[in-house]
Amino acid sequence: MLTNIIGSLSLIVWLPIVFGILVLVIGSEGRERISRWLALLGSVLGALAVVPVWLQFDRTEKAFQFVEFSSWIDIFNINYHLGIDGISLILILLNVVTTVFVVVAGWEVITKRVSHYNAAFLILSGMINGVFCSLDAMLFYVFFEATLIPMFLIIGVWGGPNRVYAAVKFFLYTLAGSLLTLVALIYLYRTSGGSFSILDFYATSIPQSAQILIFLALFAAFAVKIPMWPVHTWLPDAHVEAPTGGSVVLAAVMLKLGGYGFLRLSLPIVPDAAHELAPFVIGLSLIAIVYIGFVALIQRDMKKLIAYSSISHMGFVTLGIFIFNTEGMQGAVIQMVSHGFISAALFLCVGVLYDRLHSREIADYGGVVNTMPIFAALFLVFAMANAGLPGTSGFVGEFLVIMGAMATNFWFAFAAAMTLILGAAYTLWMYKRVIFGNVSSEKVAGFKDVNAREFAMLFVLALLVIGVGLYPKPFTDVIGVSVSTILELASVTKN
Amino acid sequence: MDFQLLDLYTLVPEIFLLIGVSAILLLDLFLSEEQRDVTFYFSLIVLVVTSILPWFFYDADPRVIMNGLIVSDSLGAALKSFLCLLIAVGLLYSKNYLLSRGLHRGEYFSLTLFATLGMMVMISSNHFLSLYLGLELLSLSLYAMVALQRDSGRSSEAAIKYFILGAIASGMLLYGMSMVYGATGNLNIEAIVASVLADDADSTLLRLGVVFLIVGIGFKLGAVPFHMWVPDVYQGSPTSVTLLIGTAPKIAAFAFVLRLLAEALGHPSLHQEWSQMLTVLAVASLVIGNVVAIAQTNFKRMLAYSTIAHMGFLLVGFMTGSMTGYSASLFYVLTYVLMALGGFGVILLLARDGFEAEELSDLSGLSQRNPWCAFLLMIILFSMAGIPPTVGFWSKLFVIQAIVDLGYVGLAVLAVMTSLVGAFYYLRVVKIMYFDENEVSNSAVTYRTGMAIFGVNGFLLLGLGLFPGWLLSLCETLIESSVRTF
Repeated sequence: MLTNIIGSLSLIVWLPIVFGILVLVIGSEGRERISRWLALLGSVLGALAVVPVWLQFDRTEKAFQFVEFSSWIDIFNINYHLGIDGISLILILLNVVTTVFVVVAGWEVITKRVSHYNAAFLILSGMINGVFCSLDAMLFYVFFEATLIPMFLIIGVWGGPNRVYAAVKFFLYTLAGSLLTLVALIYLYRTSGGSFSILDFYATSIPQSAQILIFLALFAAFAVKIPMWPVHTWLPDAHVEAPTGGSVVLAAVMLKLGGYGFLRLSLPIVPDAAHELAPFVIGLSLIAIVYIGFVALIQRDMKKLIAYSSISHMGFVTLGIFIFNTEGMQGAVIQMVSHGFISAALFLCVGVLYDRLHSREIADYGGVVNTMPIFAALFLVFAMANAGLPGTSGFVGEFLVIMGAMATNFWFAFAAAMTLILGAAYTLWMYKRVIFGNVSSEKVAGFKDVNAREFAMLFVLALLVIGVGLYPKPFTDVIGVSVSTILELASVTKN
Repeated sequence: MDFQLLDLYTLVPEIFLLIGVSAILLLDLFLSEEQRDVTFYFSLIVLVVTSILPWFFYDADPRVIMNGLIVSDSLGAALKSFLCLLIAVGLLYSKNYLLSRGLHRGEYFSLTLFATLGMMVMISSNHFLSLYLGLELLSLSLYAMVALQRDSGRSSEAAIKYFILGAIASGMLLYGMSMVYGATGNLNIEAIVASVLADDADSTLLRLGVVFLIVGIGFKLGAVPFHMWVPDVYQGSPTSVTLLIGTAPKIAAFAFVLRLLAEALGHPSLHQEWSQMLTVLAVASLVIGNVVAIAQTNFKRMLAYSTIAHMGFLLVGFMTGSMTGYSASLFYVLTYVLMALGGFGVILLLARDGFEAEELSDLSGLSQRNPWCAFLLMIILFSMAGIPPTVGFWSKLFVIQAIVDLGYVGLAVLAVMTSLVGAFYYLRVVKIMYFDENEVSNSAVTYRTGMAIFGVNGFLLLGLGLFPGWLLSLCETLIESSVRTF
């Protein structure tokens, strides 16, 4: 029985949730230490639970692996159906690693309602794992929607001054997109003859006019999630107002839910509509890459700048997906993982600075290198990665997508490559203003360098970023077959 | 169908309840103020026993008895049983509140039990007259309960509004019933159906009758444009009465609409008429209920408008005329009633001497004063908004599936969009509880039993959200075996 559970997807999904509930029950005012350590234990165990799956994962198998199936709501054929492929696996890995970082990041900073904070993140982590594992459309939807509740509370309770506006905006915007998806899923249920299984949806043929509507309905949810221009306006507010841990999870993991949705649902289920509307999506992606890049350039708030940079980088993901070739799609998936690490690291760095000065304005900082040289070094790694420097993970994804875009249309690649200039511009300019130059104030002069905890987090992330940048093969191996399977499904005509 | 003495056994629950309430009326005369608890517990026992009794005396296949006045079926038994338990739980929620507001009197309990009796008669009726009788018994008891707080001007105003509007609606209902009688020559549901099938009925008169019946139904459910009484009555009544009005009569109203429209007037030609009318009522209720709720600052009033919106959803499920649609509506009303129970229950728990916890601002910072209470209320609110993994998501999903199945995709999109609008005001309450500073001092909930029940209530919504299949199967079985369609 134990071997059945260890190395199973259910463990990966439910372990964090169970630990989250434990933290909620055991922790209370005055028992912060127990809450923190229990949460750390839960997040580490959650990460370890992925290891057996990673080791046993067959990189040559086309079908979904580790499949679990049990009947849930018989009448509507909604089942507890889990299974992963390579893309799910590395996104799950990204999620569990990020969860550990988040728990560590909030260690000293969060002082009120510590148990609630940690519990919210653990439960959120479990639910996100659930999204990545689901092979049943309704189960996918339930997990997808359920993630809104913890995130809403995280932004609203522990966030900044304008947190209520940001939290409500985040919730309603995301909910609006998802509700249209719900109608689409129900329509698919009817068309597929009474099944909610995603695999059955892959095999259902749908007339072109219906495909377009379904694609748009699914697009509504995923475009808001990623976010794509022009439904991106919730992101800067949410990121700025969320606590550091919240921004990390939001940027590193939750945005990927949208990208995953495109890959798992939109492309294989309504491929003809995807092809027909691809120019539209590519256009929006390029606008995101270029225009949002310019918007990032003029930001005065560090977190807002990184938020816009996120939107710009996620533009690469959608671009890579909708050019329908191997390099593009592989690049998109690598970009998702790499952006996860890099933006998590950047937000953690901003968190480190914020913990000292309680300001996110670039103008308030300057010459930080004088008092925090180690931090400056680590921050440099992440800034370079964000700019897309070869040797860091940021380069791998972007390069693959640009190569894929070049195969489709020179001008797509040209516009996409603008990010190499813009990304470097806004990131390095921010880095220069904050880290180099004259020490801007006495407070800055009194900064202490990173302590052991902060150093550990950032160092591990730096290793990951450089590691993936120098040797991305483990990841590309895992996702190779899955990407080609999705491309196959996406090139079939189904109307 | 003719009266047989043995048939009286089927009516044992109602008979027992009537004996119980008569005993309470008498008993209360001889009790002093301090002994009033006896009345309270006695009412609870009567209700609990009444909830068990239907299961001994129902028929798996619908059977008409009492000269065609009563039908005995499994749906009736299930609804009656659930209803009595619900009202018993409602009384438990209200105990402290009643004590502090001077409502802990024999009249309160006897009126509650009379209302229950009326609802039970409504649920099992097979004849327009018994339907009306049950309805009136329910309504008159409720009017009196709304006015029970003699010193409150708001309660008296609410009671008069309720009474006058209710009387007009009942009049409309009777007018419709009389037209149906004129058209078909019968008031017995089965006979009406036979008459319609035999093409014996005057169709114009019948259709006119349907219109007036829907007016009556619309009022009872609180659907737009017959909803004006809902906010005022919900806000003006003492909260324990609001709890009663907001939960139990919805179940009775569901059975009422089922018997009236789905069974008596279920013929496809008639179904076309009333389904269109119900769609209009549903759309209007969804839009107006959700939009106007946003402007409310009083929690009870906000819940009243949210009730209007929920009833809109109920009507959406109902207008399909299919078994799936009816099951989805039944599931919706059963889960909605649990949510409303919690929603109004929390106001009762937070209220104290001289402090009605009914303004939204009274909830501010609840997560700091009473985190457990805030958490449970959060579950209830997310359930009302229809967010997974609470049961409210499934109840909305099943209704939407029922209508998409029949091709009403536009209506589904509208229902879903109005839910989005609705999510906002529920979210706002969560925001007030969790994100606002604590402005109210001293709000320990002293009523332990109430908090325990509240806890069960909240977790039931979460539990049903994780495992809704069995309840839906149950609803389907009940509808399939009990609703007599043609």
